[in-house]
Amino acid sequence: MNHRLSGLLIPAAAVVAALLIGALMILALGANPVDGYRELFIGAFGSGDALADTAVRAMPLLLVGVGICVAFRAKVINIGGEGQIIAGALVSTVTVLVVPGLPSLILIPLVLVAGMIGGGFWGAIPGALKAYLSVNEILSTIMLNIVAVQIMNYLLRDPLIDPEEIERGTRIPQTERLSENADLPILLDGTRLHLGVVVAVMAAVVAWAFLWRTTIGFKVRAVGQNPAAAGYAGMPVKRMTLLALTYSGAMCGLAGAVLVFGSQSHRLITDGSSAGFTGSAGFNGIVAALFGGLHPLWTIPSSFLFGGLLVGANAMQRAIQIPSALAVGLNGLVVVFVVSSNRIRDRMRQRSELAAAARALARREAEDEQHTDDIGGKVVA
Amino acid sequence: MMSEFFTTSVLIATFAAGVRLAMPFLLAALGETMGQRSGVLNLGVDGVMLLGAFFAYWTVLETDSRLGGVMVGLLVGLLMGVLYAVVTLVFQAEQGISGIGIFLFGLGMSELLFQELVGTPLPISAFTETKIPILGDIPWLGEMFFTHSPLVYAAIVLVFILTWVINSTTFGLNVRAVGENPEAADSLGVSVNRTRAITIVIGNSLAGVAGAALTIELGTFQNNLTNGIGFIAVALVYFGAWRPFGVLAGSLLYGLVTATVTQLKVLDIVSGATASLATTAPAVLTVIALAVIARRTADQPAALTVPFSRSG
Repeated sequence: MNHRLSGLLIPAAAVVAALLIGALMILALGANPVDGYRELFIGAFGSGDALADTAVRAMPLLLVGVGICVAFRAKVINIGGEGQIIAGALVSTVTVLVVPGLPSLILIPLVLVAGMIGGGFWGAIPGALKAYLSVNEILSTIMLNIVAVQIMNYLLRDPLIDPEEIERGTRIPQTERLSENADLPILLDGTRLHLGVVVAVMAAVVAWAFLWRTTIGFKVRAVGQNPAAAGYAGMPVKRMTLLALTYSGAMCGLAGAVLVFGSQSHRLITDGSSAGFTGSAGFNGIVAALFGGLHPLWTIPSSFLFGGLLVGANAMQRAIQIPSALAVGLNGLVVVFVVSSNRIRDRMRQRSELAAAARALARREAEDEQHTDDIGGKVVA
Repeated sequence: MMSEFFTTSVLIATFAAGVRLAMPFLLAALGETMGQRSGVLNLGVDGVMLLGAFFAYWTVLETDSRLGGVMVGLLVGLLMGVLYAVVTLVFQAEQGISGIGIFLFGLGMSELLFQELVGTPLPISAFTETKIPILGDIPWLGEMFFTHSPLVYAAIVLVFILTWVINSTTFGLNVRAVGENPEAADSLGVSVNRTRAITIVIGNSLAGVAGAALTIELGTFQNNLTNGIGFIAVALVYFGAWRPFGVLAGSLLYGLVTATVTQLKVLDIVSGATASLATTAPAVLTVIALAVIARRTADQPAALTVPFSRSG
């Protein structure tokens, strides 16, 4: 089988399998899966509004996924997306609180850069720990997620809390309505489609160019494929590891900034958990990146698909009363199926290569035989 | 103000609460220790805990049997263990990522089932404390260590049992061999994948019990009940240098810090905002400890996260 084809078929099969299991669950809970999935599809892709919502929902997944592509290419597993999103959101929020009066043309780029700095810093910590102290990045990123959430909870309950919340005594942990100059402009009137979606797509293109069109990107990939060989070739393995996690964190931080300034409330709000703010984008973005074959450009349609699944699940909940949490569970199954099928894909690839080699060998033998026949013929003659 | 905290009764009560809070961490981390000693990383502990917690909660809600709840939690963990064994051993999936898949699956499904089957967080009967005769009457120490729910004792006994299993039994030797050098173990006739399958199932079953313990200890359930306990449990295994007693120390640290912060908040010594900052202490400490421990890589099972297949 063609490699490219199997690369597309296997993720597709994983989604179909997950949706089938989802259908069985819906049946078991006494609802009609056909109705449910129809509503899900219409809710996600059935109208202009739906498509805009899906694009907005896909945006953080895409940004996190783009970062994951860079990290995984360097063989770094970044599970710290949640914390890095929060770090980016906090730094960009504080930036706007300090200089609320700047004109939009300056403030919006400033906010986006602030988000990248916050997330990049939060990614650089585990990056440096891994590169220079060989601390397992899976563990350090998990711990830093916890630290980031609690820093957010602290800041929003005390130093950054909306003064009105204190006055009223309600003390809801949220900031004031942030400066209007920092609102991400809506691209299509009447929808929620905002500039952040364009930013995310651009980030994917930049990441692609970085990985395949720059020398540093080449080094990052080389280090990921074979650290020992890259080291022998004189590549700065440690610095590339640090760079990959910083890059990955910066993308998550950008997602955090866009989540705040593209939100409808234009505030940073916490419910005490990280998922309350991020919508688990730090994890779901991994799903989108894996599904896109860890390629930044393929991650664009992939995150759109998963954004659609999450948006559509809400429509499904309204229609057949099956909780939208189903979508998160199905995402998990897709991950499990995709990583489980990697070995099957490798085997298929191996087999097709073996088959090709065998064919080539057979051809050569046949040619050789022909050749000896010719020689034999001449001798006889 | 602060003097209110430093009274014997408050200190003892706080310590006792810390031991109680440490129990779910301990159960989950002990299970993960078994898996990692055999060379398998399971990042999905949190998801398994959530599923175990929900089904245990539902069981207690319907039957009012706490023991039944714990058994159901164990069974759910066992089934998830079989699934994870198939994923990592048969399909040899990348362990770090498939664990995230298991986590998302557990997170979504536990929320789905809770909302569909229960809806609102109805209370269930929580564990009652069982005072151990004689020992429980020792002043101070009795309340700190010997006045707890049965599962707390079980978890602590398990620390001793697993230490013995890992260090002194043939099975434990196989587990260590498979985790350090699967090729050598295989050439000596130890089935690598069967040994790993057993530790995976034990580990996930304990995660299921940990979830059950959490929900029954709290006497209720809510979405994302664990709030990351399973992930911390994975880190505690590294923190405890892959030894049950090390894991016990780490779990107690988490439990005690959490209990102290809660107590300070209750006594109004610190504000809610400061308290949330203080709860990061164990996480920060873990990162620092990891940075220190990372140098001692000799402790880490050499074949951790490396799939085994004979063909190479």
